[in-house]
Amino acid sequence: MDTWTFGWTLALIGMGGTMLVLWCLSLLVLLLKKIFPYRPEQSASQKG
Amino acid sequence: MESAIVSGLQGLLLGLTNLGTGHVIMILIGSLLLYLGIGKGYEPLLLLPIGFGAILVNIPLAGLMEKDGVLRFFYDTGVLTEVFPLLIFIGIGAMTDLQPLMENPKIILLGAAGQFGIFLTLLLALALGFDKLEAVAVGIIGACDGPTAIYVSSKFAPHLLGAVSVAAYSYMSLVPLIQPPIMKWLTTEKEKKIMMGIVKQPVSKTTKIIFPVVVTVAASIIAPLGTPLIGMVMLGNLMKESGVVERLKLAAENDITNIVTLLLGLCIGATMEAKQFLQPQTLMVLALGLIAIGLDTAMGVLFGKLMCLLSGGKINPLIGAAGISAFPMSARVVQAEGQKYNKKSYLLMHAMSANAGGQIGSVIAAAVMLSVLKGMGIVG
Repeated sequence: MDTWTFGWTLALIGMGGTMLVLWCLSLLVLLLKKIFPYRPEQSASQKG
Repeated sequence: MESAIVSGLQGLLLGLTNLGTGHVIMILIGSLLLYLGIGKGYEPLLLLPIGFGAILVNIPLAGLMEKDGVLRFFYDTGVLTEVFPLLIFIGIGAMTDLQPLMENPKIILLGAAGQFGIFLTLLLALALGFDKLEAVAVGIIGACDGPTAIYVSSKFAPHLLGAVSVAAYSYMSLVPLIQPPIMKWLTTEKEKKIMMGIVKQPVSKTTKIIFPVVVTVAASIIAPLGTPLIGMVMLGNLMKESGVVERLKLAAENDITNIVTLLLGLCIGATMEAKQFLQPQTLMVLALGLIAIGLDTAMGVLFGKLMCLLSGGKINPLIGAAGISAFPMSARVVQAEGQKYNKKSYLLMHAMSANAGGQIGSVIAAAVMLSVLKGMGIVG
């Protein structure tokens, strides 16, 4: 594989892959927040 | 008897007679790093041992990096095996609060854009004649994350470890000087003044505990070669959020991190032997490192502008600059810059979210890079 094919492939897949993984993580956070919503009494019981 | 005395005295002069110009220059560079760490307060935890290590390894005939030398032992045991950076990752995970990110998850995308400098710098390094794996090691300075840079460069281009590490840590501490001009050039007056509303979406403890496990599994499945990096950071974060292993958490963020930082710093300094470090390549690495962090900032701000456009002007593009991994310095820079243009603007919490995204983003970018390299057959 020549240098430029290597460079552009790694750059494009690298940037796209990083963006894709982090986008998936943001969706997972939203999902987790839906499944396990915050309840105010939770913090109150932790303090108590 | 006379000749024995002369021989003995000659032994005392061996160090001096073997002292070359390169050694002297490197001792001065080591001293400069000590000055930056002690006198200027730039990343002293790393620059002090790196600077001292650079001095030690350039004492003629001391043999600290020869076979059986003490620094060679630390280097082979901790750096070549990648154990030291991985142990530091546990500490980083234990110290990182991901709550701002979980409160405002869409901001995590800025943490991805803030890593684009890695890949653009890689292209520049290739254009300047670095070979493929050297270009990867140079590009990773753009992660703006010392342990990630050390992990990748020790894996692919150990001969560049000293230059890459010095660049990564020096420029991280110079973020308050590097970022503001780029932020200023790339945003309009109107954009700079955008006020962002308060995002208050509290996160449950269960979510905080499950998040590191989910991240580890999801990200490692996509980028398996990055599992050691992601896994160690998330292990540390799980220890923090679970609240049941306080002793382990404290050990990870204090004792383990401190010991490993000392040894890692010495090892990095030990790679700065004159004949290896005093090369034109070193200057190119230092220059490319600076460009990498500039490009990260620029790409983060440009992505912020895109988010501003898509959100109908609700996102201040300045927070894109905090998409790099320099936490929390970069978020503070954003806050300070925002206040320069609009005294009523409080961007800190949003910038902290982007900055936490940058911390995860740098590890994910490295993981993706490793997996793509494996997929392309460049590494085994």
